[in-house]
Amino acid sequence: MSAGQSRRVLPGFPLALGYTLVYLALIVLIPLGAVFLKSATLSWEQFWTVISAPRVLASYRVSFGVSLLAAAINAVFGLIFAWVLVRYSFPGKRIVDALVDLPFALPTAVAGIALTAIYAGNGWLGQWLEPLGLKVAFTPLGILVALTFIGLPFVVRTVQPVLEDLDTELEEAAASLGADRWQTFQRVLLPVLLPALLTGFALAFARAVGEYGSVIFIAGNVPMVSEITPLLIITKLEQYDYVGATAIAVVMLVVSFVLLFLINGLQLWANRSRART
Amino acid sequence: MGAAVATPWTARARRFEENVATREPAWVKGVLITIALAFFGLFLLLPLMTVFAEAFRKGWQVYFAALVEPDALSAIALTLLVAAIAVPLNLVFGVAAAWAIAKFDFRGKQLLTTLIDLPFSVSPVIAGLMFVLLFGMQGWFGPWLMAHDVKIIFAVPGLVLATIFVTFPFVARELIPLMEAQGREEEEAAIVLGASGWQTFWRVTLPNVKWGLLYGVILCNARAMGEFGAVSVVSGHIRGRTNTLPLQVEILYNEYNFAAAFAVASLLALLALLTLVIKSLVEWRGRQPLNAGEESQGVPA
Repeated sequence: MSAGQSRRVLPGFPLALGYTLVYLALIVLIPLGAVFLKSATLSWEQFWTVISAPRVLASYRVSFGVSLLAAAINAVFGLIFAWVLVRYSFPGKRIVDALVDLPFALPTAVAGIALTAIYAGNGWLGQWLEPLGLKVAFTPLGILVALTFIGLPFVVRTVQPVLEDLDTELEEAAASLGADRWQTFQRVLLPVLLPALLTGFALAFARAVGEYGSVIFIAGNVPMVSEITPLLIITKLEQYDYVGATAIAVVMLVVSFVLLFLINGLQLWANRSRART
Repeated sequence: MGAAVATPWTARARRFEENVATREPAWVKGVLITIALAFFGLFLLLPLMTVFAEAFRKGWQVYFAALVEPDALSAIALTLLVAAIAVPLNLVFGVAAAWAIAKFDFRGKQLLTTLIDLPFSVSPVIAGLMFVLLFGMQGWFGPWLMAHDVKIIFAVPGLVLATIFVTFPFVARELIPLMEAQGREEEEAAIVLGASGWQTFWRVTLPNVKWGLLYGVILCNARAMGEFGAVSVVSGHIRGRTNTLPLQVEILYNEYNFAAAFAVASLLALLALLTLVIKSLVEWRGRQPLNAGEESQGVPA
């Protein structure tokens, strides 16, 4: 229904939309614009020099590489988690289900110091892992642990509702045609779950790339080794290198916007393929 | 809650477990549950328990001393103040945006919805940076603000702005799909029967979306009180003046005062647990409308 002005029955449209646009502009659009404007004070060569300096490149490798790995871990375990929550009954399930959202609710700094306490050399797990030669805290592995923690709910909460809505008829048909459970999962269920799984993966990845609070405590923050890009922005700010900080921020923003675009597309695909089943 | 909730909950899983076509051999089920619970224990339960174990490691007295210390108290007050400003502002915005988007048709609606989600995909550090570029000493408005003796960066207004930005989408993204799913007929009937716009909103729309609204507000509040990266950039870490609770945790931790750091952190962990409890209750109370809302969106960051 694309009714014209005259057919609008409900009041308040100009006020509601006007307020929305002004608030959006003041809080989001103008501040974001400021970042791009500030970076425009650099010439292209200067901009390129800043964003391709060896230390900055190393931080991209850490941030994007570890985020990708964490999102992949979350995709696998998040799928198992969602499956178990939907398909099986076991004691304590309600509590487990409620606590899946802990990474959303727990402040990142709290998660950061807790994970560090667990994996440090004298920590609960660290004291057992370090004699085995496995140093977690203050290495890229620690970043992986933090980003896996942060990303878990994204995959579970995007896959879970799709699994819940799934008709049993699909699987019954597969079983009656002689497929075993693994075949049914691979050929029938996985294709249906794939859009949601990819959406969750992309959401977890996008969040991990920008994550700061939970990472800096456990990362050790060694330049070239375990320094994430958001930390580099802060380091530059603390040295009053506003332009340098802004240039790196622009790179991250562009990546974020591309990811947002991708996620929107994935969600459209997910909704459409759900409508079909 | 108890049995009344447990029945449909377990019944849903049983539907799969009792059907030959949708159940796995017992050993597969056992292995999958074990993997999920091990992952749960390692990544969710252990960090949560660590916070409390470390907080009480040196006993109750040290714990309470850390909480009533003046810097901690001022951090608590500041955290409450920032949330008390940021959450209502985003609440009003969320309602206005949802009213415009869900109850009317206009061009660019999809774009507007995407723009509202934008803050979720921006790194908190960049959120802080934006406001430094605008209001910092070397920022666009810096000189003007200096001349008029207004402090935004390294002061409370900066903390509020950064917090509003990172919590911007929470209420709106909860309400928009919910109000869209509920359609416009009820409101239109109220208006045709002679109700005013405000009456329609308060008596028809609001009762329909109250659980979704509460849900959005809780998540918004949890993030507002717990935000670290964005406020860290704009705060300047002035003890007793611009330190919120998460920043206080960082300062204490970096001073190797672990017991106090975890004591303050345990307050935030309690807040997180409370948020999850209310969230579960809300989901239970408003299951139908909330599910309708959650289907069409992702998960709040």
